[in-house]
Amino acid sequence: MNKFLSMLETLENTSKTMADITKLERIASQVRRDIVRMVHANNSGHPGGSLGCTDFFVALYFEVLKHNSANFSMDGKNEDLFFLSNGHISPVFYSVLAHSGYFDVSELATFRKLNSRLQGHPTTHEGLPGIRVASGSLGQGLSVALGAAQVKKLNGDSQLVYTLHGDGELQEGQVWEAIMYAAGNKVDNIIATVDFNGRQIDGDLDDVLPMGSLKAKWEAFGWDVLETNGNDMKTILNTLSEAKNRTGKGKPVCIIMTTEMGQGVDYMMGTHKWHGSAPNDEQLVNALSQLEETLGDY
Amino acid sequence: MGDFKAQNPDRFFQVGIAEANMIGMAAGMTIGGKIPFTGTFANFSTARVYDQIRQSVAYSNKNVKICASHAGLTLGEDGATHQTLEDIGMMKMLPNMTVINPCDYNQTKAATKAIAEHKGPVYLRFGRPKVPNFTATDQKFEIGKAVVFNEGKDVTIFATGHLVWKAIEAGQVLAEKGIDAEIINIHTIKPLDKNAVLQSVRKTKCVVTAEEHMKNGGLGDSIAQLLTTEFPAPIEMVAVDDTFGESGTPEQLLAKYGIDTKDVIAAVEKVIKRK
Repeated sequence: MNKFLSMLETLENTSKTMADITKLERIASQVRRDIVRMVHANNSGHPGGSLGCTDFFVALYFEVLKHNSANFSMDGKNEDLFFLSNGHISPVFYSVLAHSGYFDVSELATFRKLNSRLQGHPTTHEGLPGIRVASGSLGQGLSVALGAAQVKKLNGDSQLVYTLHGDGELQEGQVWEAIMYAAGNKVDNIIATVDFNGRQIDGDLDDVLPMGSLKAKWEAFGWDVLETNGNDMKTILNTLSEAKNRTGKGKPVCIIMTTEMGQGVDYMMGTHKWHGSAPNDEQLVNALSQLEETLGDY
Repeated sequence: MGDFKAQNPDRFFQVGIAEANMIGMAAGMTIGGKIPFTGTFANFSTARVYDQIRQSVAYSNKNVKICASHAGLTLGEDGATHQTLEDIGMMKMLPNMTVINPCDYNQTKAATKAIAEHKGPVYLRFGRPKVPNFTATDQKFEIGKAVVFNEGKDVTIFATGHLVWKAIEAGQVLAEKGIDAEIINIHTIKPLDKNAVLQSVRKTKCVVTAEEHMKNGGLGDSIAQLLTTEFPAPIEMVAVDDTFGESGTPEQLLAKYGIDTKDVIAAVEKVIKRK
């Protein structure tokens, strides 16, 4: 990093007060409580990746995105757009959308239940505000986001398009079609983040399908790549700010975000076991004892 | 497509050989209010990207128009890898999807304009070979509205796509044999014009369907499903019977796989005996 950039970073660091950071961390704690409670309540869902990405979601929705949660519009003109490509981490998405004001937090109690708008994987089908496309079958979100980003340019809309992808999801070939397209066509109004937790449903990434250097791969495909720690609020804010600075310069921007699956609940960390399984009653009590209730449980 | 690209370079997106990304991008382009049309061979517009269409387009109910050329056997010499006889079935099974298979150039042009006005996912299927252009240049295309080409009383032939012309040819031969066939162009497979189908069959009491598609999942299958529950009547299906295609000229392939004019005539004679 050159001197100028590190100066910028210092400036960014000081621009967010400790009070701001603490406020976001307190929201994140509540979101983590929601996640384990939602998954526990119907004995299904994906807590691991949700907990790992909580800090990113909170930073994005409460600090970075320009968005209108009170009047959700599918077209999102003159708003930043976010697409969750790895739809299975829906618990964190739903909790953050609810706390952002897209719908009432009480609706989180319906997660994965019959007649709910909070389907196992996010969808537009039931008209849940905040969702712009269905995701769950992996590998499709970047393509959709690219379409939306291209249309923002056509519409003279200078807001940005953000995406999140699982690291295991990058094993899907379609992702690389989209990665190649974005760089080749200079789609520089998009910031794609990879949740690099090193684990997927069947085990460690390196055991299932070793992928080598993700950074080198994205760079080789022509993206401007940043690396960050996704479980430190201040660092995430700085990285998202830096990523935003790098848009509009002819290259799409990628953030390889290292996270810990299960972050915040000790027994869910360091393993892939909690990718897609729910805590029992006792485990729920244990998890909640580690997460401060800051905004009130739904 | 060439003319569109020349006139609207900023609204033409060349995605390369990457159909999955094409469908995903098209879904995304609806967000912000555009009406994307995708274009490639029917096989690569459907089978290759079925899950992308299912999740990002149909389930998400995006206003994408999937325009598919080279459908059916008549793609010809390239053989079975590039032919598709399953696409109508795959597309009509998707909730929210409208499925259209026009019969000639003029109707395809009219349909293209009509689907731009229609809100929701559409599959528009057309073929490669030069076929007679026999419908009106100024026709109004109504999605879901069957078109009667010839009124008759002895049998109804429901045809779609290239087989509409074959049905008209068959009708002329049948007339010489004293058989008065009603010929109806079902350009919209889904939603099916149930009223038109039932009204005709109540009159003629027997049915032949004709299409350049598999029997499984095709037009015949849709009409049989309707008649079985609403008005049971003898039905014969001119369609490909559970087999892949092969290389050959379009004419040779239609003849070999039993979806030519002579097959429509034979099916009519057979079904009338079953009345």
